[in-house]
Amino acid sequence: MIATKPTTVEVRLPSRMGYEKVAMSTAAAVAKLMGFREDRVEDLKTAVAEACINAIEHGNRLNEKLSVGVVLSAGVDSLEVKVIDDGKGMKTQPAKPDIDRKMHGEEDPRGMGMFLIQALVDEAEWVVGANGKSSYVRLVIRLDKDA
Amino acid sequence: MQSETKSRVDQLTSPAGHPVTVLRFEGDIASTSKDAVLGTYQALPKETAKLILLDFTKVDYINSSGIALVIQMLIEAANSAQKVYAFGLSAHFVKVFTMVGITKYAGLFPSQSEALAAL
Repeated sequence: MIATKPTTVEVRLPSRMGYEKVAMSTAAAVAKLMGFREDRVEDLKTAVAEACINAIEHGNRLNEKLSVGVVLSAGVDSLEVKVIDDGKGMKTQPAKPDIDRKMHGEEDPRGMGMFLIQALVDEAEWVVGANGKSSYVRLVIRLDKDA
Repeated sequence: MQSETKSRVDQLTSPAGHPVTVLRFEGDIASTSKDAVLGTYQALPKETAKLILLDFTKVDYINSSGIALVIQMLIEAANSAQKVYAFGLSAHFVKVFTMVGITKYAGLFPSQSEALAAL
């Protein structure tokens, strides 16, 4: 697939755990069409899955009347993914998990999703929606065929 | 939508003669896997199961909730003087486990034979 202008693919997910895998598979398919290396496709899959899980669980609070929007925009040398929910958005940046604190019961064993997102893609930003709705996380992964 | 996590327990002996309890997982490791991951681990006899080997060979998908279950297992194992190792993770999940620090508390090996040889 040679993209000269952004090609957009949109997926709408129910706010039900497990459906993040639909977005994950779609993102992987688009990334493979763009020529991403297999290891970068795996990074993207995990980042997209975690973003969707956050949107389903925290943004939409598992309310199945609400859906999660996933918009994939394939550019010439990068893929942008927006995962949109009806929550109030994340106001804090993800902290790096501290395994020693987790092992000693000083930190929740959970709560690594945002860290993984940020660590696995080239850009990640959390945007609070206007009027406290339609917040989204925007991910960018760059195509680097020489790496 | 998430594939059910299956688990199975095997008892093996390492080449050095140590008993090793192998927990084999299959399917997704996610928030719905608590019984398969923690439940299976908690059913092991803590007095005799001192070396525990986790088999991820047949696991395709692990999310942050699944990683948290593995960490909860590591916490309980540390409190019971058990040592936990793992094998069969894809290169991607070796990277993810390393990123979150699990490798500090659970040695990772490419295969069962390499893990057993080290125990």
